[in-house]
Amino acid sequence: MSDRLKIALLLAPALSIIGVLFFGGLLIGLMRSFNYMPVIGLTEPDLSAYIAVFTSREFYLSFLLTFHIAFTSTVISSILAIGSALLLRRTFVGRSLINFLFQLNLTVPHLVGAIGMLYLFSQSGSFARLGAEWNLIAKPSDFPALVFDPYAIGIILQYIWKEVPFIGVIVLANMQSLGEDYESVARSLGASKWQAFIHVLMPLIFPGVLSASIIVFAFTFGAYEIPAILGASYPKALPVLAYQKYTDVDLAARPEAMAMAIVIAALSALMIYFYVRYMRRRIRS
Amino acid sequence: MVGKESFSIRSIRVLSGAVLITWLILPLVPLAIWSFAKGWFFPDLLPKRWSLQAWEYALSDLSGVMDSLWLTVWISIAATALSILVGIPAGRALGMYKFRGKELVELLILAPTIVPGIAVVLGIHSVFISMGLNNTINGVILVHLIPTLPYMILVMAGIFANYDPSFEAQARSLGASSAQTFWYVTLPAIMPGIIVGGLFAFLVSWSQYILTLLIGGGRVVTLPLLLFNFATSGRNDITGAIGMIYILPGVIILLLTAKHLSGRNGAVGGFGRI
Repeated sequence: MSDRLKIALLLAPALSIIGVLFFGGLLIGLMRSFNYMPVIGLTEPDLSAYIAVFTSREFYLSFLLTFHIAFTSTVISSILAIGSALLLRRTFVGRSLINFLFQLNLTVPHLVGAIGMLYLFSQSGSFARLGAEWNLIAKPSDFPALVFDPYAIGIILQYIWKEVPFIGVIVLANMQSLGEDYESVARSLGASKWQAFIHVLMPLIFPGVLSASIIVFAFTFGAYEIPAILGASYPKALPVLAYQKYTDVDLAARPEAMAMAIVIAALSALMIYFYVRYMRRRIRS
Repeated sequence: MVGKESFSIRSIRVLSGAVLITWLILPLVPLAIWSFAKGWFFPDLLPKRWSLQAWEYALSDLSGVMDSLWLTVWISIAATALSILVGIPAGRALGMYKFRGKELVELLILAPTIVPGIAVVLGIHSVFISMGLNNTINGVILVHLIPTLPYMILVMAGIFANYDPSFEAQARSLGASSAQTFWYVTLPAIMPGIIVGGLFAFLVSWSQYILTLLIGGGRVVTLPLLLFNFATSGRNDITGAIGMIYILPGVIILLLTAKHLSGRNGAVGGFGRI
């Protein structure tokens, strides 16, 4: 058997499953977003769903909110993850405990974290009770709205909780395989600790941070259950809005839901582009 | 002077370590407490009365929590087994061969690990209707392959990249059939990858929410769906108990695989999806 045939046969089952389910799902979504579905008699594609979506104020608010959630969560998580990794590469009391908790946290589903945040930060949650205990607030409504709030603080806190360990373990492994020789050289040549960090360590770990951040950004932009638990009722995060449109009793809203799904897919395609471009450059250099 | 500086730096390190530990544990604490609380009202810091009612309810036959647990276990095991079956040959092709179009194939496999489920599942839902797969367990297992399979392939590709195929040739030259060669030579060599990749794929399937919600159509109620329902209906005590049950497999898998769970293992990338 020739190698080409062998490779094709080895890849065939996997590529057909991914092709049919993933790319098929995307394609059908794309067709339906254009109101094009010959099987059920829709043979004239049009742009009405996109026009409805792009002229609705709710969509823009929802898009901006979702972008804010994804961007803020990713940036804060990345910074804290670098800090944690710097902390964890030195030995100190509690290091192995943090290591264990980082790993534990990786296995806890986002949904559990979201419910935990709800019980911590809601207006009758643990922190509100602490506030009452210390006479800072008299009744639950005195506590600032940190969940179901317009700035999505609860959602962002949950993502930070989950993603700091995720980016952290990747950055830490990165730092450990680099060792500290590069920084020592910089230090012996007169660089300050800060200069050694910014000009030597950061450029070395940046590719790892970036690829992990891209995964986090795409995930936080497209996740459903976390904003569904912790989000405000208006505006909703884009995945929640898309699901709501899709399950609307009015079937005419379905193409609009598909159009929103395509917007999410397009944004993640952009993420994949950056991911691949950056990874290739990293391999080449 | 130097001693003083290193002392203050060390205290900062210990202090931030303590803050980090607290923050990492914090969200799980109220969940655990709620599961043993009998009414826990504002502004009580701790429940006035404790009880095992929520656990008794969750573990009883009437609540359906156990049914949901076994259903979730079955779906995740089935999705994992299919991913292993299909992922091994694909991983072998990607790990051991260079071929034209390899970058494209890698891109096709990478895409589902980054594109969120909501973006593809609406389209799948409208096709599964005509195939009778909506609202069925099999439909849910199939759709769980979207996040688990690419992940399994990437893990296996990593294993096969460090695999020496000359042992297979030796076995064949000594008269082993190709099935025997696979069973006695290849499989033992790639077993560690299958186990670790499989356990992680199990967790990826275990954590799926929106794919199950849409394709299961409310008929296939896995543990995360049940947990969500109790959380949004305000039954905090039962939510706490189900939440504790729900994170248990992750803890067990962590204890089994802790040394593989470092960022050095490419498999960790999949945890962005849990």
